[in-house]
Amino acid sequence: MARITLSDLKHSYMPNPTNDADWALKQLDVEWDDGGAYALLGPSGCGKTTLLNIISGLLIPSHGRVLFDDSDVTALAPEERKIAQVFQFPVVYDTMTVYDNLAFPLRNRGVTEDLVDVRVREVAEMTDLTAMLKNRASGLTADGKQKISLGRGLVRTDVNAILFDEPLTVIDPHLKFQLRLKLKELHHRVNNTMIYVTHDQTEALTFADKVVVMNVGEVVQIGTPEELFEVPHHTFVGHFIGSPGMNVLPCDIDNGAAHFAGQRVETANDADGVNGRKTEIGVRPEYVTFSDQGLDAQVIRVSDTGRFNVVETQCGGNRVNLLVGEGAEIPSETTKIAFNPERTRIYADGWLMGREASS
Amino acid sequence: MNKTVNHKAWFFVLPVLALVAFNAIVPLMTVVNYSVQESFGNNVFFWSGLTWFEEMLRSPRFHASLGRQLTFTFTILAIEIPLGVIIALAMPKKGIWVSVCLVLMAMPLLIPWNVVGAMWNIFALPEIGLLGKTLNSMGFDYNYTRQPGDAWFTLILMDVWHWTSLVVLLSYAGLVSIPDAYYQAAKIDGASSWAIFRYIQLPKMKRVLTIAVLLRFMDSFNIYTEPSVLTGGGPGNSTTLLSLDLVKIALGQFDLGPAAAMSLIYFLVILLFSWIFYTLMTRNEEQ
Repeated sequence: MARITLSDLKHSYMPNPTNDADWALKQLDVEWDDGGAYALLGPSGCGKTTLLNIISGLLIPSHGRVLFDDSDVTALAPEERKIAQVFQFPVVYDTMTVYDNLAFPLRNRGVTEDLVDVRVREVAEMTDLTAMLKNRASGLTADGKQKISLGRGLVRTDVNAILFDEPLTVIDPHLKFQLRLKLKELHHRVNNTMIYVTHDQTEALTFADKVVVMNVGEVVQIGTPEELFEVPHHTFVGHFIGSPGMNVLPCDIDNGAAHFAGQRVETANDADGVNGRKTEIGVRPEYVTFSDQGLDAQVIRVSDTGRFNVVETQCGGNRVNLLVGEGAEIPSETTKIAFNPERTRIYADGWLMGREASS
Repeated sequence: MNKTVNHKAWFFVLPVLALVAFNAIVPLMTVVNYSVQESFGNNVFFWSGLTWFEEMLRSPRFHASLGRQLTFTFTILAIEIPLGVIIALAMPKKGIWVSVCLVLMAMPLLIPWNVVGAMWNIFALPEIGLLGKTLNSMGFDYNYTRQPGDAWFTLILMDVWHWTSLVVLLSYAGLVSIPDAYYQAAKIDGASSWAIFRYIQLPKMKRVLTIAVLLRFMDSFNIYTEPSVLTGGGPGNSTTLLSLDLVKIALGQFDLGPAAAMSLIYFLVILLFSWIFYTLMTRNEEQ
């Protein structure tokens, strides 16, 4: 168990990186508390797996340090770091039984058979593998194999952190939900630091206490699922999290206030210090409503998602989405829409204005 | 599923049947025909039942060549399979050296078999061959044309040189198909190199190794050209393997009956061993 600190971390897969694009990871300073459940969320190719491999020691960063508690482990090999990792595709030792698979990491470390037996049975019980202990691992389904991978991490008592690299990719949809719950439950039981890499927001938000959102090699925001939803620090976060994502609309700044489609828009933050950067307002579809007063808009399309309707409108030359409850009346064609001023924010060059004050 | 009944489809199979008949079934049946008949020349044949088979199975000469054949085959299998796996493990997995190694490995396989025999025949000559001369100048009394032990040594060395590559290429194909995640997981699990070999690499190579063992078994059991060119079966009969002996009986002595019976026994032995190997090596897969 340990607190994990990434200090001034950078990584490039090239020997001599010259420009920005050569870096798979740009400047990173993150601290992960002991026993926390974290998710690394971002689109494919944003550097999540690179970061995970640096933490696990499969990759040595080109720059910066990795600390477990206060000791520098940057140069240590994976087996010396005491971490466990579950990979995207299940890794099991085909010729062994489930029992031997679970016992493998302990036997490699010279643990006595008595203790191995106790630990294996305990972990098998936690991961619902007890009934299959005698079976050959190769005969299990994908979710069973992922449980074995996870179990091999859990049997060890010395594990600092368990890392997951998109572990549910090959799992059937109806089992994903169960396995996610299982992970959550296991986290509460073993109280280990868990870091979970995914590009699926649902997985990230349901699993983690804190989500680290990444984009093109950078951490954009670290926060609880609620923070990410309510106060996105970057338009990317607003757009990436939520379905549909946040409306991001170009605006002009006049006298410290935002103007969109020729009208003044009340916002939660003010625009001090914009200094000619590109400005946008961001508002989630949940906080846009039809109203008697407001911006002129045309309803273009309504999609029924079951519990609510996503209404697509055209407003001031931009597309604005609204989320309307099932059964609510939807005006036809021309109408007016209003943004909730508490939930509407100004962004400059993608970043939230006055970020320190609001968060 | 319902099977469609379409008798016209048989016409499409006919050409293949004709082809197989002419290159396999008819010759094999000719052999079966010879094996149960006696001939005294002039193309006159008499029914002789299973006498040739009985005679062959009791013949000390057949026992001796079968013994030599088994010794040869199992010796080269015991050397080529582990050696091939070791070389495959040592080969690079990335970079330009991969192609270099693969081409080097494929070279011996591309050389015609009688050329291999001729090459080694000259290479090992005690007076002028590089190998023979070197060994003799190092103080070994080496002469493969006169000493049976030396003949065997040369024969096995030649086969190892010629065919280990096949095992290497097959094993290598098995090795590179293992995803990186397995090695990473093994590292994290603290596995030793031996454990990685035993629990990851070997199981993943099992299928290709089954093929390698079967191919090497069958090919080495049938080997004719190379020993024929290298030693001609000598000195004496010391390197007369089954196929060499068979050719001597069939074409040298023109004893068609015994030769035919021997061919069939030979064929059944190969079939039996192949079946045993295959069964043993795939036994665990159904569990």
